[in-house]
Amino acid sequence: MSIDLNTIWFILIAVLFTGFFFLEGFDFGVGILLPFIAKDDQERRVVINTIGPHWDGNEVWLLTAGGAIFAAFPNWYATLFSGFYLALFVILVAMILRGVAFEFRSKDDNPRWRKTWDYALFIGSFLPALLWGVAFANIVRGVPIDESMTFTGNFFTLLNPYSLLGGVVTLTLFILHGGLFLTMKVEGVILDRAKAVVSRIRMVVVVVVLLFVGYSYFETTLFEGFTIVQGIGLVVAVAALLGAAALIYQKKFGLAFIGTGLTIIGVVLFLFGGLFPRVMPSSLGAEFDLTIYNASSSPYTLQVMTIVALIFVPLVLLYQGWSYWVFRKRVTVDSHLEY
Amino acid sequence: MEVLDLARLQFASTTLFHYIFVPLTVGLSLIVAIIQTQYVITGDETYKKMAKFWGKLFLINFAMGVVTGIVQEFQFGMGWSEYSRFVGDIFGAPLAIEALMAFFVESTFIGLWIFGWDKLPKKVHLFSIWMVAFGTTISSLWILIANSWMQNPVGYELVDGRAQMTDFGAVIANPNIFRQFPHVVAAAFVTGGFFLIAISAYRLLRTSETIEKLMFTRSLKTGLIFSLASILFVIGTGHLSGQFMVEKQPMKLAAAEGLWESEAPAGMSFFQIGDENERTAIVNIQIPSLLSFLTFDNFEGLVPGINDLNSFYQEQYAEIYGPDADYVPPMIWMLYWSFRAMVGFGMLMTLLALVGIFFWWRGSLANKRWFLVILPFTVVLPYIANSTGWMLTELGRQPWIVQGLMRTEQGLSPNLTPVDLWISLIGFTVVYGVLAIADIFLLWKFATTGTGSDSNLPLPDSSSGDLQLKSAY
Repeated sequence: MSIDLNTIWFILIAVLFTGFFFLEGFDFGVGILLPFIAKDDQERRVVINTIGPHWDGNEVWLLTAGGAIFAAFPNWYATLFSGFYLALFVILVAMILRGVAFEFRSKDDNPRWRKTWDYALFIGSFLPALLWGVAFANIVRGVPIDESMTFTGNFFTLLNPYSLLGGVVTLTLFILHGGLFLTMKVEGVILDRAKAVVSRIRMVVVVVVLLFVGYSYFETTLFEGFTIVQGIGLVVAVAALLGAAALIYQKKFGLAFIGTGLTIIGVVLFLFGGLFPRVMPSSLGAEFDLTIYNASSSPYTLQVMTIVALIFVPLVLLYQGWSYWVFRKRVTVDSHLEY
Repeated sequence: MEVLDLARLQFASTTLFHYIFVPLTVGLSLIVAIIQTQYVITGDETYKKMAKFWGKLFLINFAMGVVTGIVQEFQFGMGWSEYSRFVGDIFGAPLAIEALMAFFVESTFIGLWIFGWDKLPKKVHLFSIWMVAFGTTISSLWILIANSWMQNPVGYELVDGRAQMTDFGAVIANPNIFRQFPHVVAAAFVTGGFFLIAISAYRLLRTSETIEKLMFTRSLKTGLIFSLASILFVIGTGHLSGQFMVEKQPMKLAAAEGLWESEAPAGMSFFQIGDENERTAIVNIQIPSLLSFLTFDNFEGLVPGINDLNSFYQEQYAEIYGPDADYVPPMIWMLYWSFRAMVGFGMLMTLLALVGIFFWWRGSLANKRWFLVILPFTVVLPYIANSTGWMLTELGRQPWIVQGLMRTEQGLSPNLTPVDLWISLIGFTVVYGVLAIADIFLLWKFATTGTGSDSNLPLPDSSSGDLQLKSAY
């Protein structure tokens, strides 16, 4: 079986989103847990510093996914970004406040200054964690797209029970993922609180994810022409999440983090696998669906971009992996806290 | 206002705001890398303090550049979906490559640099700031390759109403890029240089402490050399850009010069009051033949004027846009004065850098109090020149979004309503306004009181030590 370049780019974009949800997923989770898990300024600094060296690099996975969609599937980029205009505006504002908060927060010791940026960190993590789920649930559910590939709905089209549940999936999953990340990166009372949080919410996440899978059966076309890839994704997601829940119960938090990571990978496989070869199904009729063929760039551009990706993606993985290795130690109140 | 105007206003304002931070990021990352290299080579702790002092200011500025840059990656699709469809095959590629080659490098190595002072070997840590500097410059290259294509489309063919890439080599070797990239990057270095000059002068006037005097004298000198060398580059490449412009975008040149009618030889206007409705100059003071000379290296060359060019384009594009479509950029006055501000402030900066270097050569730099009093105010000069330079580039391309291929109104997202645009425009303005205040507050605080030594403490061995002191970053 030969795979065409359009398919390769569809896979690569799925990989980029997996990277984004896996990595930024836990730093969103840490940002959301910040007010609940750290009680004073010093503790908050410890929590923030666990993701300090990484959040920016994690976020670039999203920027690259955006750039890759633009380059490989311009019509997907155009329809998605113009169609989800206000939702993306909210995500952008949230991510702007969050990014600045990291750098600005601890550069002044006025308590009100710090408190303000703590709020920015929380809201800036909470909203994107929720809204990316809403966005993807809408994509798989289908949105009104007409014959000129233009989105004909509005902001409220995107707010439906299914997509909101999708938002709750990413939100709770990222919180669990972030909480588990913290169990590997902190010590003392913060560690105890992180363990308590993940123990308390693990079953909530299981229920939410299962509900979402069930709801998908009725609300989307994900289960029509069910493929092996989707099947693997679904099995991995559910099994890994149940595994994570069990491992948390057994206090094996590091392994449980791998579990939530696999869950994220499985969910992306399930959703992208179900979309394929579509990239944005239209709710107005399958003839208006955007696919990896009618939304794509020319074969020449895809070739050029494939070569570029083959060179640079492994390099990125290499040096980003190295950076996680450098900062592998736990962060404590005795650590040198830069943020 | 209509959706088109609102969308243009939003793109222009968010991009100009983003571009406040970008040049300093590019310029200062290189300067910090150079200073830190001096530290690693000499082992002189003062250089380390300098690297930390300027590094801190760099980081405050960098954060703003990063977050306002996220908007840029998204808003082509958000506001300009039809443009994105039309150019995606070509324009998307450099954007994606920028993310892959530059954003990952910058973001990962900045983390290693910030958090790695005590965790990485000295040379590896030095390597990370060089990677940041490299990343910021490469980032400029790719985004300018994308922009160059809008100014001078090459390496494509039109297929089913879309521009399709036929030659990637031609896209990255766009003749425009050889003028634009060095021009923009050198201007970014000037921005970094004047940042050093201004703050160092301010601090030298207020300190009597030996180490600080040494730090800021060195920084001032670094800033002067850096600025002068870079600004000569800016001038040279700017001159070449003008000569290229008359060939590829003559309307931009004519508009920037307020040249309503073709002239041979053409005079260079240095003060004009124009009438944009009648499309003629009311008051115009010129230096005869100078524009011809600057454009063609001779005193006779014909420089085409706005009205002739408009008639020419009306004929050329009659079939596509009808015989009455207009090809004159709106707001000629803004183009005209942007150009003069850019060049004028550039000249002023050249003069200041020359005077500074002259005093340094005479050994009297530290005693010229009046000069040091002036210098802190000059920090704004490169910012004005950078912004007006981009206003010239982008306003001058109007009414095209891609020169000669797509008009700006054709690029707009068709599904947006004025309400959508008002919400985002007001939202971005408020958020950016608040962030600008916070940014200036922090920059001011660290520029005026920072010493570069606050996190300069011995390595904590993670099990003991005074946490209050160690966390005083």
